[in-house]
Amino acid sequence: MIRAAISFVAFLALSPLLLGVVNRVKALFAGRTGPPLLQLYFDLHRLLGKGAVYGVATTWVFRAGPVIGLAAVIAAGLVMSFGGAPALVAFPGDFVLFAYLLGLARFFTALAALDTGSSFEGMGAAREVTFSSFAEPALFLCLVVMARASGALSLSGMLGDELAAAWHVQGPALLLAAVALLGVALAENARIPVDDPNTHLELTMIHEVMVLDHSGPDLALVQYGAALKLFLFGALVVRLTLGFPIASPALSLLAFLGGMLGFGVAIGTVESTVARLRLVRIPQLLVGATVLSAFALVLLLR
Amino acid sequence: MLLPLLVLAPLLLAAVAFALPAARLRPRVLLAGAALHAAGVTVLWVRRPGPTLGGWLAVDAPGLLALSTVSVVFLVCAVYVQGYLAVHPERDNRVFVGSLLVLLAAMTAVSLAQHLGLLWVVIELTTLSTAPLIYFKHDALSLEATWKYLMVCSLGIALALLGTFFLALASAGPGGPRSLLVGELVAGGPALSRPWVRAAFVFLLAGYGTKMGLAPFHAWKPDAYGEAPGVLGALLSGGVTNIAFLALVRVLQVCNAAGEGPFARRSMVGIGLLSMMVAVTFIVGQRDVKRLLAYSSVEHMGILALGVGLGGAASAGAFFHMVNNGLAKSVLFLTAGNIQRAFGSKRVDQIRGAARRLPVSGAAFLAGFLAITGSPPFSPFYSELAILDGALGGRRFVVAALFLVLLAAVFVAMGAAVLRVVQGDPGDAPVPAKFRDAALTAGPPLALMLLVLLLGVWVPRRLLDLFQAAASLVGGAP
Amino acid sequence: MPSLTSFLFVLVVVLDLLVLASSRLRGAIRTVALQGALLSPLPVLLATGAHQTIHVIALALGALVVKGLVIPGMMLRAMREASIARELEPIVGFVPSLVAGAIGVVAAFTLSGALPLPIAERHALLVPTALATVWTGLLLVVTRRKAVAQVLGFVVLENGVFVFGLLLSDFMPVMVEAGVLLDLFAAVFVMGIVMFQINREFSSLDTRRLSSLRD
Repeated sequence: MIRAAISFVAFLALSPLLLGVVNRVKALFAGRTGPPLLQLYFDLHRLLGKGAVYGVATTWVFRAGPVIGLAAVIAAGLVMSFGGAPALVAFPGDFVLFAYLLGLARFFTALAALDTGSSFEGMGAAREVTFSSFAEPALFLCLVVMARASGALSLSGMLGDELAAAWHVQGPALLLAAVALLGVALAENARIPVDDPNTHLELTMIHEVMVLDHSGPDLALVQYGAALKLFLFGALVVRLTLGFPIASPALSLLAFLGGMLGFGVAIGTVESTVARLRLVRIPQLLVGATVLSAFALVLLLR
Repeated sequence: MLLPLLVLAPLLLAAVAFALPAARLRPRVLLAGAALHAAGVTVLWVRRPGPTLGGWLAVDAPGLLALSTVSVVFLVCAVYVQGYLAVHPERDNRVFVGSLLVLLAAMTAVSLAQHLGLLWVVIELTTLSTAPLIYFKHDALSLEATWKYLMVCSLGIALALLGTFFLALASAGPGGPRSLLVGELVAGGPALSRPWVRAAFVFLLAGYGTKMGLAPFHAWKPDAYGEAPGVLGALLSGGVTNIAFLALVRVLQVCNAAGEGPFARRSMVGIGLLSMMVAVTFIVGQRDVKRLLAYSSVEHMGILALGVGLGGAASAGAFFHMVNNGLAKSVLFLTAGNIQRAFGSKRVDQIRGAARRLPVSGAAFLAGFLAITGSPPFSPFYSELAILDGALGGRRFVVAALFLVLLAAVFVAMGAAVLRVVQGDPGDAPVPAKFRDAALTAGPPLALMLLVLLLGVWVPRRLLDLFQAAASLVGGAP
Repeated sequence: MPSLTSFLFVLVVVLDLLVLASSRLRGAIRTVALQGALLSPLPVLLATGAHQTIHVIALALGALVVKGLVIPGMMLRAMREASIARELEPIVGFVPSLVAGAIGVVAAFTLSGALPLPIAERHALLVPTALATVWTGLLLVVTRRKAVAQVLGFVVLENGVFVFGLLLSDFMPVMVEAGVLLDLFAAVFVMGIVMFQINREFSSLDTRRLSSLRD
């Protein structure tokens, strides 16, 4: 229980650092020094100290969006197991809750965007919802693959040592699922090649355009929620690709942190070396991820 | 020694034709090859040699029937080519003559092959050697036809290879023959793995069915027949499709031995009726004479599949029909080629009074139409009657009724087009006459037509025995 | 430990799906070349007895040269000389063909589960991989417009047949195996010649232009 609590606190505390790593890697690729690793902490601090501006057309939905979004992501973190440590809350089938808590966050973000009445935000919401409907089957198939390989129905068990042990017999299938999950993680977190978190052109934005109207503390909540979400997916990918069981909790935590660092570097590398896909190609990428994870499941089931 | 020679001699002559510098002499080489081949096949009738090359080559009843049809049709076509190439002196005949001889060798090899791997290789060879023949006119349309032919047939042949592999796998079980020789597979039939035999049959039916032109794998047929020279149409419908049917017969033999006969024959009946239906749909209102004949070929391949599918008396009828269809369809394609040259078109609405402008070819075309649609006293009538008899004898009344209705529909639809072409005043035709019947172009189809008539009036005892022997290999209810 | 062989098989199926999804012709040809190269060590990896060493190595080398180098090389050359556009314009979109490919993969695995092998199994993934690859090839031929892409589909199909043939290499005569390689070579060669002709005649290798013959 203590281990679970510590890892949950670490999740809340370290998430912005992960984004810092990603941005540092991108800066290094571009030949810049880049912002400090802790930049997001400073940003959040600054934003929380400001007041918020609300458009005259907005209603309570707009104000509730960031709050519910962040709350849902934190709740998803409650059922998530970090680095082999058990989750604070675990029950069979909690991976469904995990997936739909993330879905709830997305739903309210999109609703808040629609509430502004801005055409750009509506467009962004439409895109986000479309692409996530392609990403969802892939995410679920990946989770089912993990459940099948580990023989557990709870995220704590699915990401436990059984999964790592399964690599010995089901290596190819798990590798496919990991590749698919990485694709889903990129899409769900609005990273290149699906979306560009740094773009300033509304026409090409997907996720970022939805939160254009948020300011001050609301924006801080949104940014913090995005960092937490990336960390959650990172935790999934890292545990899935670990490949061997580690008995000692301390070593396991160390390996996990190292893996998260690697995840950040990987995302940064992908963002620096891969061109952004045209919008029409994005469903193709996500369907590809779905097909890969379906193939992985077929390999596991035979 | 005779069997390998029958394959090697045309190959050798093909090499000669490729090497020969004088274009004028090449058709003579073709004629020599055809005559030699016919002589060799005649010897087979007199004295049938035993299996050679470790049993890979052998003559059995269906093989001899197919080989004899090929030889007769090829000889007739070789004579016709003499006249045909004289009309087109501008086209280079090196590849044409060479490919024809390679095709002859490949078709002979298919008829004699008793090893399913060898069978597959030589069927592939027929595809490769006919491709340049379809492209003989060197225009855009014939190129399109060649491309489709190559693509579709290659796909079919790849599926057939997979089916052959399945069959090899089926033979490898405990106690299985571990061989692809038809004789050994049949002998070891009960030891074959039945699920794999069934899977193999499905793939081989699709593969060799493509080569045969059974619906729904017939996509290449109208294009290739429509754009190729008439003589190639004759060889395709009288030779290549027949030997593809022979390949399916070999597969059917193995299926019977493995106990999958009922499934295989049911599939054959189904695909046969489907082919006839598809053919009727496209024959109705067809504006192009050669495409009309192509769909008629789809129909008759369907009849062959139906015949062996029904089994027993109908199988014997199917083998009779294989010979008849090969001969009669060749008549139609050769005369259609003549008519096309005389009217500068192969469209039904641009040809009038073929019987007056080309008295011999026009008459032979009309007679060929009557024969192929099953009118007495021509031989296809009797073979179709035998198939109908087999259907009724097996109490397959629905199949028999469908068979009759489809035959009648084809007769009416094809008759409408053929009579338009043959009758009337050639003065109405848009293109004036420039080509007339000559001995070398009208004589060969006429001789073939007389042979069809002869087989309708009198069938030698030996031939009847061969039909029975072939039918007994395929099995089914008597 | 999952063996190298099963990784190869899985990779071959993944490449099937990749070819279905790729929109650039050059990339698709390279993918198929990679698939051919990945297939080539399989005869050696799957060999059971030492009695056929030379035969097995010859088959592997032959596959590597023909499937991995010669045929893709010829197709790339055809693209260059006939200046074929890079973009593929499929009749069926990339996403539907990808989904159809995935359905084929699932069907291949189910079907091969239903067909028990009569001989000792070489590798659990061999039959499903072969069937899935054959299906992909068929799909490519049927759903692509460009002549080069159709030939590419045919090559993929032959790759699948080749994989299945490995199951039989113990007792199939050498001739048939060599026939597979030679045949593929001959077919692609002849098709290549025809492709050049199509290009000269229509100044494009798009088979949509080959549509004057129809009923």
